[in-house]
Amino acid sequence: MAAMSRVEERRRQLEQSLGGEHLYANRVRVYSKAVKGPMRRVKWAVLAFCLTIYYLLPWLRWDRGIGRPSQAVLLDIAARRYYFFGLEFWPQDIYLLTGTLIVAAVGLFLVTSLFGRVWCGYACPQTVWTDLFMWFEREIEGDRNERMKRDAGPLGLDKLWRKAAKHATWLFIAFWTGGAWIMYFADAPTITRQFWTGAAPLPAYFFTGLFTFTTYALAGWGREQVCTYMCPWPRFQSAMLDEQSLTTTYQAWRGEPRAHGKRDPSAPPAGDCVDCGACYTACPMGIDIRDGIQLECINCGLCIDACDHVMRITGKPERLIAWDTLADQKAKQEGRSVRFRLWRPRTVIYFAALAIAMTAMLTALALRASLAIDVEHDRAPLFVLLPDGGIRNGYTVNLTNRTQAWAPFALSVTGLPGATLANGTTPRERHRVLTLSVAPDSIADFRVLLTAPPDAPKAPRRPIGFVLRNPTTGAQTSYGGAFMGPATYSGGGP
Amino acid sequence: MPTKIEKDAVTGTDTTGHEWDGIKELNTPLPKWWVYVWLACIVWAFGYMLLYPSVPYGVGYFHGLLGYSSRAEVTHEVAEVDARRDIYMKKIAAEPFAAILKNPQLMQVAETAGAITFAENCQPCHGQGGSGRIGYPALAAGAWIWGGTLDAIRQTITHGIRSGDAAARDSQMPPFGKSGMLQPAQIEQVASFVWSKFYGHATPGHATPGHATPGQNVTAGAKLFAANCAVCHGANGEGNPAFGAPRLASHVHLYGDLRAAIVRQVTDPRLGVMPNWNGRLDPATIKAVAIYVHSLGGGE
Repeated sequence: MAAMSRVEERRRQLEQSLGGEHLYANRVRVYSKAVKGPMRRVKWAVLAFCLTIYYLLPWLRWDRGIGRPSQAVLLDIAARRYYFFGLEFWPQDIYLLTGTLIVAAVGLFLVTSLFGRVWCGYACPQTVWTDLFMWFEREIEGDRNERMKRDAGPLGLDKLWRKAAKHATWLFIAFWTGGAWIMYFADAPTITRQFWTGAAPLPAYFFTGLFTFTTYALAGWGREQVCTYMCPWPRFQSAMLDEQSLTTTYQAWRGEPRAHGKRDPSAPPAGDCVDCGACYTACPMGIDIRDGIQLECINCGLCIDACDHVMRITGKPERLIAWDTLADQKAKQEGRSVRFRLWRPRTVIYFAALAIAMTAMLTALALRASLAIDVEHDRAPLFVLLPDGGIRNGYTVNLTNRTQAWAPFALSVTGLPGATLANGTTPRERHRVLTLSVAPDSIADFRVLLTAPPDAPKAPRRPIGFVLRNPTTGAQTSYGGAFMGPATYSGGGP
Repeated sequence: MPTKIEKDAVTGTDTTGHEWDGIKELNTPLPKWWVYVWLACIVWAFGYMLLYPSVPYGVGYFHGLLGYSSRAEVTHEVAEVDARRDIYMKKIAAEPFAAILKNPQLMQVAETAGAITFAENCQPCHGQGGSGRIGYPALAAGAWIWGGTLDAIRQTITHGIRSGDAAARDSQMPPFGKSGMLQPAQIEQVASFVWSKFYGHATPGHATPGHATPGQNVTAGAKLFAANCAVCHGANGEGNPAFGAPRLASHVHLYGDLRAAIVRQVTDPRLGVMPNWNGRLDPATIKAVAIYVHSLGGGE
C-alpha cells in the first residue's frame, strides 16, 4: 500500500495547497524512475538525432564562392541574408517563413490527430533537454529511490558534492546550448574564437547567457511544470484528438480490479494490474496513467515500457498499458475490437491542408524571381514641360538583383511611343533602352527621367509599363506605372 | 493619540482611534516597500535639486553643481554633427565640380545637403523639385536664362540677379512702350509675331485666343522684332545666356505663354530679382545646391 499512498499523498498535497490561502499549488517534486524498453530506445534515438543536429549543424561548411559565407545554415541578421544550404533568403521572402510555420502547424495537427502528443513526448526541445538533464541527474544522484532518500535526509558531504556536480553539469550543457545558438547567427569558427578572446559583439554574450539561463532553468528546474502550466499546446490539443487517435492508454477492462500478489482462484476475481506503481514512478510528468487520458500526459510511453517489464515477470500478456484508441478500448470492454483508422475526415482534411500548403510553398520557392522592379513617381513636379514642348516625368526606380553576378539591367517603357529614358545623373544621354547595372546580390535606387517627344499625344495620366530585363539571364519582369501630363489642353490660336 | 489600540472585532485589524459618529477608521498602512520607495524618491529629489538647475530666484536661477544646461547640450551636439559633416563639406568646397561628380560619396552628401538647403531657401519661389511658376524660372525644365552649367548655376546662386551684389548678374530689358520707343500698335504687332512664331502653340492651359488674328500683324511685327529685339534675343529667338536674354523659341516662358504677357513685358518689363546667397550660405553649400539644381533634369 506504500505505493498507493504516494499517489494519494500527492493528490492530498495538491488539494491542500489549492485550498485556503494559497493562490497556486505547490510543486510536488517528480522523481521518475529509469526504464528500459522499446519506447525508451526510440526516445534516446530521437534525442541523439535532434541534439546532434542542433549542436553540430552550424559547423557544417558549404562552398558558396569567394567572399560569401561558407556556413551551411546561417542567419546573417546584420546583412539581412539567410542561408540554408544551397538556398539564400532575403527578408522579402518572409512569406516563405510564414508558409513553413503553417506547414509545421498543420503537420503537428495531423500527427497529433493520428498519434496523440508524440511531439511532446519525443521531439519537443523541452522534452529532449529535460530527458538529457534527467539522465545526468540519475548518473550523479542515482535512481528514484536513492534520490528521494537523499533529498529527505540531512545535508552532508555526499549530498553536497552530488548536488554541486549535478548543477555544474547542467550549467555546462546549458552553456553549450546557449553557445550553439549564437553560431546560427555568425560564422561558427569565427564567433567561437571571438567569444573566448572577448572580441565577440555584446549580443553574442547576452544571448549565450540568456539561453544558458533558460536551458538550465527550464530543463533543470521547470521540467513538467513548463508543459503543464506554461505551454499553450496541451490546452488546445484536445481539439485535435478524438476517440480514434492513438494515445498511451491503460486497458482498464483488462487491468481492473487491480490487486496485489498472486491471483487466488478462491478470492474475488482480479484484473491483470498488480498495482505495483511501476507506471507512475516511471512517469516524467508525475501522473498515473490509470486515471485515464489527462492534460499532463505527453504520450512518451515510458509507462508502457515500465508496465511491460512487470507483465513479463508476472507472466501476463504485455501491453496492459499500450498505444491504443479510446474507441478500441470501448469495444474491447464489450469483447470486440476495432481497427485503427488512419483515414478519417479529420486526418484527410489535415493531410489535404498539409499537401496544399507544401505544394504552394514549394511552388513559391521554385518560382522566386531573380529580379524585381519598384517604381515611384516624383511627387513634385508631377511633370515638367520642356522648352521643345516635350513632357518629362521623374521616377525613383528600385531594382533588385538576386543573382550572384553584376546585372546589366535593360529598362524600357511600353505604352508611350517615342519615349526616351535617361539616368538622372546624366539627363542629356537619352536612350530607348536604358542600361542600369546593379551589383551582385543587392538592391539599388536610380533616378530615371522619362521624356515624351513634343508630338506625343498629351493626356493628364497615361498608363505605361516599365519592362526590366536581365540580358545575361534572360529574366524579365514589369511594373505598371503612369506618365503624367498637363491637366488641360486646348489647341493653337493666338 | 489614543493610548489604547482597539481591535476591530469583524476584521481583526487595529483601528487608528479616529471615530466619526460611531464609524471607526481601520489602521491599514501603506505597504512598507511603497513607503521606502517614496522616501528614497525624496532623498533622490534633493540630490537632483543640488546637481541640476532647480531653484529660480528673481532674475536668475540656481545652476546646479554640475552646471548642466540643455541649450549647451544641443550646441555641443550640433557642433559634433557639424564636425562630422565638415570633412565632406571641406572636400566639396575644395574639389572642382568634375571631381565631385566622379566621387559617389561626395555626390551623396552634396545631393542631400543641396536638397535640404533648396527646400529651405529656394523652394518658396522656385517650387518643389524646381517646378517653377510665373515669374520664377522652372529649374527642372532647363529653360535657362543665365546658363545651366554647374558653374553658371553656382555663379547665379552666389551673386544673385539684380541683387545689388557687385558681381550680380544684371540685364535691362528696355521699357519700349513706357519710354515711347514703340507705339502701342507696334507693340501689338511685335507681340503677335513673337507669339505666333516662337511660342509653343501647343502650350497647355493658357491659350486664350482672341487678342489678335494671327498673320495680320506678323510681317510688320517681324520687321520691328529684327530692328529692336533680335540683337539680344537672337534672330530666331534663341536667346543669349551671356546677357540673360531669355530664349523666346520655347514652350517654357518666365512670365507665362499668354500673348498679353508679351505685350506687358515689351511695354513695361518686369525685372525679377534673385537674392545673392553668398552672405547666407557658405561656398560649399552653394556648390551642393548647384549640384542638386543641376540634377533636377535640366542641367547642361
